[in-house]
Amino acid sequence: MSEAILTTTPRQRALGWLQPHRVVLIAIAAALVLAAVFTMRWDWLPKYFDLAVQGVWRTIWLLIVTTLLGFVLAVPLGLVQVTGPWWLAAPARAFCTVIRGTPLLLQLWLLYYGLGSLFPQFPWIRESFLWPYLRQAWPYGVLALTLSYAGYEGEVMRGAFAGVPRGQLEAARAFGMRRWTILRRIWLPQAFYRALPTLTGETVLQLKATPLVATITMVDIYAVSSRVRQETFITYEPLLLLALVYLTITGILVFLFRKLEARIPARLG
Amino acid sequence: MLSALFGASTLELLSFNPPGWGATLARGLLASLQIAFGAYGLGLLIGMGGAYGKLYGGPVVRDLLEVYTTVVRAVPELVLILLLYYAGTDLINRLLDVFGYAPIDINGLVAGIGVLAFVQGAYATEVLRGAILGIPQGQIEAARAYGMPPGTMLRRITVPAMLPFAIPGMANLWLIATKDTALLAIVGFGELTQATRQAAGATKAYFTFFMAANILYLAVTLLSNVVLGRVERWSRRGMPATAGAGR
Repeated sequence: MSEAILTTTPRQRALGWLQPHRVVLIAIAAALVLAAVFTMRWDWLPKYFDLAVQGVWRTIWLLIVTTLLGFVLAVPLGLVQVTGPWWLAAPARAFCTVIRGTPLLLQLWLLYYGLGSLFPQFPWIRESFLWPYLRQAWPYGVLALTLSYAGYEGEVMRGAFAGVPRGQLEAARAFGMRRWTILRRIWLPQAFYRALPTLTGETVLQLKATPLVATITMVDIYAVSSRVRQETFITYEPLLLLALVYLTITGILVFLFRKLEARIPARLG
Repeated sequence: MLSALFGASTLELLSFNPPGWGATLARGLLASLQIAFGAYGLGLLIGMGGAYGKLYGGPVVRDLLEVYTTVVRAVPELVLILLLYYAGTDLINRLLDVFGYAPIDINGLVAGIGVLAFVQGAYATEVLRGAILGIPQGQIEAARAYGMPPGTMLRRITVPAMLPFAIPGMANLWLIATKDTALLAIVGFGELTQATRQAAGATKAYFTFFMAANILYLAVTLLSNVVLGRVERWSRRGMPATAGAGR
């Protein structure tokens, strides 16, 4: 079915939406949305609007920061597993296994409650310049999400690095390129192109992991919806709106990654 | 430093006898595994139905399933769990009310399994759909030509032939199922993460307990990896070796 979609023209795709059963389904969906708008309670919305916008912004900020930092960590993690000496490859593999083998929620709590409860015992930590940050929640959230993304993506990058044809690297070496130049110009770009489709999925998963930080008192959009629920005793409306917000962000993410994928110069051998 | 991390006194808290919280953690682990098994099994059934619906169903069924898999895979599990947990129990009680029955208190275990299975089902649908598409078309056509009824064809041809394509994805889903049980702690269900949080809160030995729970989850994952590796090799028996088989 996906092939059929890929080969259709925009006109055919527009006609696809006009098939009789789809028109009926869309009408039912529109009726449901209208029913939700008019019969459910939305009077809390103006009061919490500013907070919600801040929450959405914080979720997106968290997503961008942790994916970028996580990717920067994932590149060496993948690289040393393919080409590094064993004393670098083994810890990298162990790191990826541990991160992928335990729930993110528990990693987050281990860092925030576990480490957070240990830090005050050491005077030199309390006196250091980092202490004002270590008392807040967001460094732990950013760290946990970054490590998680690095763990999953490190595994992907390992496969991507290993998948680049040897001939490409040998050709680069034959040109007399130095190792860093090979990595920068040949190996990393090609591995990145290979990893890109998986990267889309991993980034959507990362977005879906961000609401966990609400459990350590960070105020993202999920935490805002929980607050609305607690303060107004309205259960479904905030949750439905929240689901809609995440659907929208996912849609935008997938769209942006498709644009990026379309820029890949040629099909890889 | 290390003695501060794992003071002898905090390690004693993990013992199974009453002052220790080991028994609580063990019960939590058991509950987690129960939910994971239940959700995975039910999710597999939903996935099988979903995959068949997506491949062989009518246009309406196909569109509805597309909406189901897209929405479930785009919205965080945490939000879905809250929505389904509250809405699901509420809906059942309202239905019971309409038909004149007294409202019931829905068992946390059943609700947890139901919610996670709904999420797992969406992923399983996609995995199994891909796996069924991976079967050489001739095999299914041959079965049809022999006049096999659909049930027999499913049992004798489709399921065995798609297994090698489905097992890697389904193995991943099992690992996700075990880790997703931790999210039920948010709605207060007493599985491993929630038990750990209680124990840590009561004793203030946060690091020790969260570390212990992490090790338990990791042990489940590593053990599953061994078993799943065997299952994958078994399902591939008789198939030609592929380029990626050595890895």
